[in-house]
Amino acid sequence: MSTATILHLPNQATATIPKKNYITAEHGLLSWLLTGDHKRIAMLYLISITFFFFIGGAFAGLIRLELLTPQPDLVSSDTYNKFFTMHGIIMIFLFLVPSVPATLGNFLIPVMLGAKDLAFPKINLLSWYLYMTAGVVVLTSLVMGGVDTGWTFTTPLSTHYLNTNVMTTAVGVFIAGFSSIFTGLNFIVTIHRMRAPGMTWFRMPLFVWSNYAASILMVLGTPVLAIALVLVALERTLGIGVFDPTKGGDPLLFQHLFWFYSHPAVYIMILPGMGVISEVISTFSRKRVFGYTAVAFSSVAIALFGFFVWAHHMFIMGVSNYSALVFSLLTMLVAVPSAIKIFNWAFTLQKGSLTFETPMLYAFGFMGLFTIGGLTGVFLGSLGMDIHLTETYFIVAHFHFVMVGGMLMAFLAGVHFWWPKMTGRMYPEGLSKLAAVVTFIGFNLTFLPQFILGYLGMPRRYHAYPQEFQVLNVLSTAGATVLGVGYMLPMIYLAWSLKYGAIAGNNPWQATGLEWQIQSPPLTENFPITPIMDHEAYDYEWLAHKMEQEGNDVG
Amino acid sequence: MHISPVLWQFLVKWLHASALFPAEASTIAPWMDALYFFLLAMTVLGVILVGALLAAFSIMYRKEKNPVATHIEGSTLLEATWTIIPLAIFLVCFVWGALLYFRIYNPPVNAMNIYVVGKQWMWKAEHPGGQHEINALHVPTGKPVQLTMISQDVFHSFSIPDFRVKREVIPGRYSTVWFEATTPGTYHIFCTQYCGTQHSGMIGEVTVLTPDDYEKWTKESTSGMSLAQNGERLFASMGCNSCHSGTAAARGPNLAGVYGSKLTLTSGSQVLVNDAYLRDAILNPSQHVTAGFAPIMPTYQGQISEDGLIDLVEFIKTMPNNYRVQQTLMTSQSDQTAPAASGMVK
Repeated sequence: MSTATILHLPNQATATIPKKNYITAEHGLLSWLLTGDHKRIAMLYLISITFFFFIGGAFAGLIRLELLTPQPDLVSSDTYNKFFTMHGIIMIFLFLVPSVPATLGNFLIPVMLGAKDLAFPKINLLSWYLYMTAGVVVLTSLVMGGVDTGWTFTTPLSTHYLNTNVMTTAVGVFIAGFSSIFTGLNFIVTIHRMRAPGMTWFRMPLFVWSNYAASILMVLGTPVLAIALVLVALERTLGIGVFDPTKGGDPLLFQHLFWFYSHPAVYIMILPGMGVISEVISTFSRKRVFGYTAVAFSSVAIALFGFFVWAHHMFIMGVSNYSALVFSLLTMLVAVPSAIKIFNWAFTLQKGSLTFETPMLYAFGFMGLFTIGGLTGVFLGSLGMDIHLTETYFIVAHFHFVMVGGMLMAFLAGVHFWWPKMTGRMYPEGLSKLAAVVTFIGFNLTFLPQFILGYLGMPRRYHAYPQEFQVLNVLSTAGATVLGVGYMLPMIYLAWSLKYGAIAGNNPWQATGLEWQIQSPPLTENFPITPIMDHEAYDYEWLAHKMEQEGNDVG
Repeated sequence: MHISPVLWQFLVKWLHASALFPAEASTIAPWMDALYFFLLAMTVLGVILVGALLAAFSIMYRKEKNPVATHIEGSTLLEATWTIIPLAIFLVCFVWGALLYFRIYNPPVNAMNIYVVGKQWMWKAEHPGGQHEINALHVPTGKPVQLTMISQDVFHSFSIPDFRVKREVIPGRYSTVWFEATTPGTYHIFCTQYCGTQHSGMIGEVTVLTPDDYEKWTKESTSGMSLAQNGERLFASMGCNSCHSGTAAARGPNLAGVYGSKLTLTSGSQVLVNDAYLRDAILNPSQHVTAGFAPIMPTYQGQISEDGLIDLVEFIKTMPNNYRVQQTLMTSQSDQTAPAASGMVK
């Protein structure tokens, strides 16, 4: 290993974790379950979403195992349909949507703004309880026999033709929606009202900007999902006929409502991840993010455009050709801000002083995979091409590149980056680099073959498939195994590091954010005295100056 | 400089023989593949560009080489470059994709029509000549074929990857797609919209025949009754002819030659009479009353299957005059008048 690292740990012989911090402030399970502290709630979220991630991941493993052979031989068709439904519902509503905002966002936004907590600590706790209720309800439906609507709840299949636990699951997703609305609301109010003196909008870290954009989407989009689910429930129980063509309803209306939320939901999932990447790239390049304003505004642009592209999920569904034109054009426009971000991050590296610690490796993984995910989205936004590719494995590969290759990489980058701040201890560097590389290789092996399968025409959600698709499916399953190892590793060594990790000190990365200027783990009140922001975000000269004056700020 | 035709042929053959690329069996397939290769090139170049930037900067500006970072705020020129160039490329994708979309979803006027009914979990193809197929479809080469499709229950989606066409099959609404097959052979039909338990069993085969073989197949596999003939029977047995008799005193509008015409409704709006309109007018007549007629027609919702509706639509479509309707009418009227004549109160 070269010595090229910015890692700057205190002398391990003398360093200790600060006695007083948010973890040691109170003791006992109740002190966690009734806490108002955003950092503790973030940790509750981190534990719960990890739990659900591994449940959703187990379903993914079972799906890939079944698809190892063309014949439907591992489980029955109904069971297989429940596998991919539960995989989708758990991963989207219980992992991806809350992943970065509810854990890292919850922990960091108040600290980054120089505030003591979020604007509404009790609502914050409530949103975790809502999340847990939703999780328990979804698990209940799973125990009662599962559900096989697909995560999209498409009518009239979900309303008239299935007798699985549609209602229970819908209730779960409905509740999870409120959890996400409350989180979004809390973030918006906090960002507007609780910034420290001197913390102007354009001095905020880009992580805050992207969470702000995602919060707007959560607050405005999620109610529509709730409405759609209520209508499905009423249609199923009372037969009100909003979606039933024999009663004069329109079955396509459901899809309009559903995608009006679920397309912006994609940006709810990815925007906070983009925020993580901005922080990581800046820190390990020792430079301000190239074109700060462009990156900040592109988040807002994505949030705004994101509301007007939903019908690109419905190009082959008999929407009018002309509305398809408009939605295709808007889809092309929403791709541009993402391209802008990628180039801005790449040029942040230019003339920097780069080091390649684990978060940076994950961030590089994100850049590559998100570029592929984004550009394959252009295939699907291009009307004619969409006819052939939609509803095939191409689309499965595309959104996994964005959601897993993009978002999960960003999430892991963020977890590793802020782990020393959250716990006060370092993760093992060598093992974590290995995990980043294994994840990247496993991911590509899993999902690249699926693009080819999609162009060959293999439909998604197929329990059995024609013989000629087997080789590519075997490759994909092999990749999924590697990927599984890549995700198990961090789980194990992060848990290990809680006790045995090196003591991190206040600012192991020598980063500029306000969160790095306080002790790790932070005090319950974050800042003993209200900080005053007198410099731009990512001002490394200010940091160098500060360190010169204060000496080595060892915790 | 250009690739020799022999080499080109070899490349195309090799690609098709490999398991990585689907056969091109329709006239639209080469167009689709051209756009695909353009998009693929865009993606590969994009990934190479991003990868090259990351790699180059990682090597040039790693800490060993460049211990102190130089601060750069940004550059409006660069920002503009990577806003405008991607936008331009994406707009090309938009226009190209839109042209292809309109090509695939606007059938030529001379297309032959085949009806497809989707239901859990099978495809039923109904040819106007009276050939009925399940999970199979026979089509000739060199002739545009339009599929008029409807679902009897949930959303399905009719996909033939080797033709590069696909369209959602919707409950309660006709949707259409067309193709012109080029190469005889058999190709997969997939249902691509998740539709319940046996979703992955809702597959079939489309058999492409040369025009001669197709002719032979049509003769050998007809049920003996064309769809229009089935429709005519239904028309009589449902009593449609008692109002739609085509006489001056008829209580319902004349249906001969109505297909393809513009109709004015009592609401004042003008509609084009096509398959979808005829189907809706049978199921939901009160919404579709022709100007000058009273809204007396009852709904047939729940009384006719989708197959029956297709038969009726096909009958009305091909009805040149009312001669046969009126012939039928007299028979059925003689049935009705018989009890009256035997002393019943009229």
